[in-house]
Amino acid sequence: MSYGSIIKIPFGPQHPALKEPEHFLFEVDGDIVVNVKPRIGYNHRGIEKAFERRTYIQNIYLAERICGICSDAHTTCYTQAIESLLGVEAPPRARYIRVIIAELERIHSHSLWVGIAAHEIGFDTLFMYVWRDRETVMNLFEMISGNRVHYATNTIGGVRRDIPSQMIPKVKKGLDLLEKRFKYYLNVAQTEQTILKRTENVGILKPKDAVDLCAVGPTLRASGIKNDVRADDPYAAYDEIPFHVITHDGCDVLSRIIVRCEEMLESINIIRYALEHMPEGMTRVRVPLAVPEGETVSRVEAPRGELIHYAKSNGTMKPERYKVRSPTLGNIPALCKMLLGGHVADIPIVLAGIDPCFACMDRMSFIDVKTSKKWVWTMNQLKKHTRKVK
Amino acid sequence: MGLLKWARTRSPWLLHFNAGGCNGCDIELVAALTPRFDVERFGILLEGSPRHADILAVTGPVTLQVKDRLVRIYEQMPEPKYVVAIGACACSGAPFKDCYNVLGGVDKVLPVDAYVPGCPPKPEAIIDGIVKLIQKIRRGDTYGKGKRE
Repeated sequence: MSYGSIIKIPFGPQHPALKEPEHFLFEVDGDIVVNVKPRIGYNHRGIEKAFERRTYIQNIYLAERICGICSDAHTTCYTQAIESLLGVEAPPRARYIRVIIAELERIHSHSLWVGIAAHEIGFDTLFMYVWRDRETVMNLFEMISGNRVHYATNTIGGVRRDIPSQMIPKVKKGLDLLEKRFKYYLNVAQTEQTILKRTENVGILKPKDAVDLCAVGPTLRASGIKNDVRADDPYAAYDEIPFHVITHDGCDVLSRIIVRCEEMLESINIIRYALEHMPEGMTRVRVPLAVPEGETVSRVEAPRGELIHYAKSNGTMKPERYKVRSPTLGNIPALCKMLLGGHVADIPIVLAGIDPCFACMDRMSFIDVKTSKKWVWTMNQLKKHTRKVK
Repeated sequence: MGLLKWARTRSPWLLHFNAGGCNGCDIELVAALTPRFDVERFGILLEGSPRHADILAVTGPVTLQVKDRLVRIYEQMPEPKYVVAIGACACSGAPFKDCYNVLGGVDKVLPVDAYVPGCPPKPEAIIDGIVKLIQKIRRGDTYGKGKRE
């Protein structure tokens, strides 16, 4: 049914709870979204230019600060790119440590996301539970790397810190606890009516659209397409570790929750295997400061999907050009597709569903095109509306 | 200490704004609200609307894009209001200091009362920063709009 007038809803760019400023303009007909125009760039800091002004060693720490949630994915991608330009390879033990840190990061990122998704549908109890258990991973990070968020583990030619044998039982103990909890959350996601009612058949992304619009990561895998850089183009030690690529063919927000919960369980298995099969030996090789001329592309499966770094060197100590393609950017066209035809009330959970480095929804102002009347909604008002409609 | 100031320092409401940060400080700020740290037991509440907030907690180095929004949000807050800069970026710009699109520090645009260093600061450090600000409010030696009280 059409209401005859299209209303434009700007979304963002400020959000009180989390993450980056981003802006979306929604055109709605009644309660149905008919058009989405993303406007990104509020978080633009000029990192790629800054890469060109710093040395390769300084750039490791800059790469880490592209994103605080997938900081390890960025440094892995960066160091792999520079290692391939230098023609060196990280020692086997370093490759295993990279896998362990990357999978711990996936657990931390996905559990963070499950909490946020629960918060978006008004299920704050689950949010608090998940974040309580997430502290276990943060403790493991603090023990292994000395820091909770930016681990600074990777360096060009290996890793900076070893995982000594006395830490391994502690890590395993933490994993046992996490496994028990995540099995419980997976069960909650599949059976709890509060979640099912809000997420089933919401934000549909058909497999064909997912491929056409170049979706990546869990968003793509939740549409039933088996695609994972860890399996398709193995890096670090993933070629030696057996694991399953998790897919689910529900194509909706619920299957995105299930895929992420199952991926966390799979990550726990990967870490267990890596801890047991980690070879002895050194953790890094020394590399020269200047990098020979060349260009390269490096790919990593970040928690949000495929991350691509491109590097071009000119024989000096600083790169000539550096380019980063983050997974959230790859998912934005797919996100716009998911939102089309949906209800205004489902916008927050569908937006959160791709695990964007989160869009901002605090200030919504509504403009009625016919009467030019304007009004503003806060995030809380939007949530209240959300609950009323459902 | 008057009744108003007593009430205000017992339950400060916080508005969080990411001015172009990397999310690291932001997840630590949210972690401070969740059961391990649980700042709500001290009466500190994360508030969504600037119009209800007492303290503006800013993370990130302040990009040029977001600068006007930051100032607008600060202006929307009722007085007295205080600003806390959370993380190395918000304090000084840190790794992004000389980037072309970054101002480098919240104090370039707003009067800042407390700085929490660290990249990112741990939730304990963030709570400590807020507590230090509360002590400052009680002593009555804050900068900016808070001083008019």
